[in-house]
Amino acid sequence: MKHLLLISLLLPLAAFAADGDYTLTIKDHLFQPSQFTIPAGKKVKLVVRNQDGLPAEFESSDISREVIVPGHGEVTIFVGPLEPGTYQFFNDFNHDMQGSIVAQPAVTKGN
Amino acid sequence: MLATAVIMFREVLEASLIIAIVLGASRGIEGRGRWVAGGIGLGLLGASIVAFLANVASSVFSGDGQAILNAVILLSAVVMLTWHNVWMSAHGKQLSSEVKAVGSDVQSGKRPMTALLVITLVAVMREGSEAVLFLWAIVTSGEQSLNMVLGGIGGVIVGILVGLLLYAGLLRIPTRHFFSITSWLILLLAAGLAAQAAGFLNQVGLLPALGNSVWNTSNILSQNSLIGQLLHILVGYIARPSGIEIVFYIVTFLIILVLMRTYGSNRNSRVKPVENPG
Repeated sequence: MKHLLLISLLLPLAAFAADGDYTLTIKDHLFQPSQFTIPAGKKVKLVVRNQDGLPAEFESSDISREVIVPGHGEVTIFVGPLEPGTYQFFNDFNHDMQGSIVAQPAVTKGN
Repeated sequence: MLATAVIMFREVLEASLIIAIVLGASRGIEGRGRWVAGGIGLGLLGASIVAFLANVASSVFSGDGQAILNAVILLSAVVMLTWHNVWMSAHGKQLSSEVKAVGSDVQSGKRPMTALLVITLVAVMREGSEAVLFLWAIVTSGEQSLNMVLGGIGGVIVGILVGLLLYAGLLRIPTRHFFSITSWLILLLAAGLAAQAAGFLNQVGLLPALGNSVWNTSNILSQNSLIGQLLHILVGYIARPSGIEIVFYIVTFLIILVLMRTYGSNRNSRVKPVENPG
């Protein structure tokens, strides 16, 4: 559990671009990363990029999100502001593809 | 194959249940079958067009456009369900007294035929576009596609059967209570659809969330479970609602209720008894 927490803390540094935007990639029928952390209480932009040829539907009943991502396409949606916690998402066209967003209270205060 | 069946079943279920409810609620209105069938046909056509456009990355129906289209579709369904319900509360009593007589006609008021058409159209179009896209993805993927297409068709059939079951169940309700029960069903359905629309508008940043996870009942009843999904469609159950979804739900609920009460009570003074033609 501690490892998971540590990894999820490091993920934003490793996987995401600047501008406070987050990118979730669909590749080889997997979400990459399958779990990522965003700051709680903040509205963030999430780019879902589909590198597979098949269309996917990024869906989350936890945060009421539902959007079709064309094959080799990408869509941008807004997420949050979320309370601290874990929010599941999945591909409605392939329920084996699942992942989660962890909203964490910011340790250092920033804007 | 089973996975495909389940996914198609879920896509079809919403449209199937909505059509069952409006078919039930419009019982006794002559010619409703034609309008509903027309709505289904147009809905399938619209679904195919949207599915095609949603899969073109640069099209207006990709991303934001898709969410806005969904919101518009849902809200127009809400408006039509409201019209239907208000009309029914003004004419329901008259209808239920005539419902036994086959081919009877309602004499007063503009019948909500367009409402029936639009409701079925948008219900089919919304989830249908996803179903079409999904099936298309299977067919073009090549692997085990026949098996999966068969599974998908199975899912569609089961989804339609559930709708038929609901319709058959509705018809068993005693005539005396029939229209009050169906109008409550439609009221809750419309409020739930309005909440869904709020979710889509929030997704593209047009509406504030007003707090996420105002409550969380995922542990008690997951929205992804079958019962959770049924309740989500029928009464708008959301396991972790945002503030804006709750606001839309309550406001829609109250508006429709007030309209129903207003027109429902007026009818006694406004509608004259139908004279028997000599």
